[in-house]
Amino acid sequence: MPCATFRANRAEDEYPLMKIGLFIPCYIDAFYPDAGIATLELLEKLEQDVEYPLDQTCCGQPMGNSGCNSDAAAAEALFVRNFAKYDKIVMPSGSCTHHVRDNFDAIPQTDEVRHVRENTYELVEFLHDILKVDAFPWAEFNHTVGLHNSCGTLRALRTASMSELGEKPFSKPMDLLSKVKGISFATPKRPDECCGFGGTFSVTEEAVSARMGVDKVRDHHQAGAEYIVSADSSCIMHQQGCAERAGVPIRFIHIAQILNGASQ
Amino acid sequence: MSDKPVNHARAAEHFIEDAPHLQFHDERLWDMRQKRDAQMHILPEWQELREEASRIKEHTLSRLPEYLEQFETNAKKNGIHVHWARDGTEHNRIVGEILKAHNARNLIKSKSMVTEECDMRPYLAKQGVTVTETDLGERIQQLDDQLPSHIVVPAVHKLTADVAKIFAKDYHTDPNIRDPHLLAEAQRQAARPVILHADAGMTGGNFVVAETGTFVVCTNEGNADLSATVPNLHIATIGIERLVPRMADMGVFIRLLSRSALGSPITQYTTHFRGPQKGGEMHVVLVDNGRAARLGMEDFWTSLKCIRCGACMNTCPVYRRSGGLSYGAVYSGPIGAIIDPTFNERKYSTLPYASTLNGSCTNVCPVKINIHEQLYKWRRVLVQHHEMPFVKREIMHMAGKLMGQPKMYRAAIKATEVSLSTMPRFVLYNWLNPWGKHRENPHPVKQTFNDWYRKNRETAAKPAAAPETKK
Repeated sequence: MPCATFRANRAEDEYPLMKIGLFIPCYIDAFYPDAGIATLELLEKLEQDVEYPLDQTCCGQPMGNSGCNSDAAAAEALFVRNFAKYDKIVMPSGSCTHHVRDNFDAIPQTDEVRHVRENTYELVEFLHDILKVDAFPWAEFNHTVGLHNSCGTLRALRTASMSELGEKPFSKPMDLLSKVKGISFATPKRPDECCGFGGTFSVTEEAVSARMGVDKVRDHHQAGAEYIVSADSSCIMHQQGCAERAGVPIRFIHIAQILNGASQ
Repeated sequence: MSDKPVNHARAAEHFIEDAPHLQFHDERLWDMRQKRDAQMHILPEWQELREEASRIKEHTLSRLPEYLEQFETNAKKNGIHVHWARDGTEHNRIVGEILKAHNARNLIKSKSMVTEECDMRPYLAKQGVTVTETDLGERIQQLDDQLPSHIVVPAVHKLTADVAKIFAKDYHTDPNIRDPHLLAEAQRQAARPVILHADAGMTGGNFVVAETGTFVVCTNEGNADLSATVPNLHIATIGIERLVPRMADMGVFIRLLSRSALGSPITQYTTHFRGPQKGGEMHVVLVDNGRAARLGMEDFWTSLKCIRCGACMNTCPVYRRSGGLSYGAVYSGPIGAIIDPTFNERKYSTLPYASTLNGSCTNVCPVKINIHEQLYKWRRVLVQHHEMPFVKREIMHMAGKLMGQPKMYRAAIKATEVSLSTMPRFVLYNWLNPWGKHRENPHPVKQTFNDWYRKNRETAAKPAAAPETKK
């Protein structure tokens, strides 16, 4: 039982028992279900009490980011109905977490809404800061990966140091990935550069978006990465589309899948 | 001026099609960003400097009228004529009158974004005044009849060959010159006689110091100093937001400006203008042109802190891949996208969308303007003011409704999966699908996460307690 190894390093009462609501963003639900399954299984391996409310849709981000904030109200209200009862809400997406935490204001800010906003975590943050996981004994990934930090995780959630600020280097996703057996890392020339997804930007500014995506995947490929790993499937969806069209031989995987023990 | 919204996306697409220009532009600006980073790493107090600069600017802006009057009083004591221009029209009239009073027909000028805002050159041309730009990049843009594409390096979107072609037309040099030094020399030879025989000189001003009644101009080519001192008449056009209270504040800004802009410790020339030279005249035209109104905008007033270093442009992955001209405005890049809509909301309504909201601009800004958050806020304002194209607005409206209704939403997801796996390729990748123009669609899956969960977790969570609202 892998959990035993995990438990061996921890005191039983190190964190309170939590009821966790799992949010699976629309594009993961529809296009990357394996990333969602890995997130759930990983949290279960870590002995978390996780539930996935079936009637969930979207956090409201696409409407909010487009400036159509009033149109985000229905999604935000549903989100609160689904998740208010949980102690913590966890999602394998930096940009959705950013929306809930920083921009989720199309609906009145009741106590319930504030509870939801204050207790929503991106998966890496949750593993690193709340559970403080120090081992993934079940995980082995014998490949060279390039880490793509989405701008949401990097500059909004600040899960890693930002090159523009010259701060002391740190990286929560790298901390976690480093605990995986067999993994090695490739460093692209412009690790912090946005990949160009940007939500509706990917369609309204199609040419720039796709160009940024191609440049991004080539940068990783030239650095020697076999896989691009990210905590955001939206960036992956875009980059994968660009890589496939441009013929850049590189594969994509969500960080949850590697931490959950995927071998490829 | 036409109010038709700028089509940034199309202009950017055009820019991207030209591979050599795109690659040079991206790499040149990225190199500037990296040089900026290197300077930042040398100074352990970098973040404190940014904080201090931001604080000084916010303080000054909060008491702008007082400091402006203090500057006026002290500048007059120094023998400087001070003029106030409400907008571009007033500015141009004032400059025109000063030139007329001196019977000046030849004006040499250094870079000034404010004169671009005011569209001054065509106005003076009609008055029979010949205006010659003395900044190399700005001169190239003038000869090519284009706006500056970058606020610090105005011709950065051009290759050496482009410049050679332009100079060949105007200076009759060899169009095949590929040595930038030879082109710079050609400009020098062409400009020097014009400078020596000019009747008046014009500069901008990077900083205005209230307590001393002086102003500071920072350049790398020395052309501002020639423009200001060779003729006896010096006119400086300066935006009212360029004030700092004390001379002691200058240290903070001078240390930040060129490091942020080009990654050099300081500009080659940092000139403090303290009054007219012997026998000469000095005029300062303080220009509002929308600034006072911007100061009253709760979410956007801090954009007035900008010291025009261009660091946000250099780091912007969208700007680097679309070029400054694609913004169709005097100010391009991230800072342009938050300033331009204050000049004309409809025309520049597309610019806040020319961003992925990645936030790198905010991080490099030496005066800590929250640029990407202002871009986000502008989108809200523009939608409230009905400046979003109807179709896009409707799509968002429908999407918003759908996202509130789980059952309809599930049906829509299913339809998407079915169409992705059954539609022929020519249907999936046509002009109706901008996503698929340069990218493959995501692959259809056997089952969604939602389906998987229903099948694989017996104690599946119950639907939300409250009934879903039908609209």
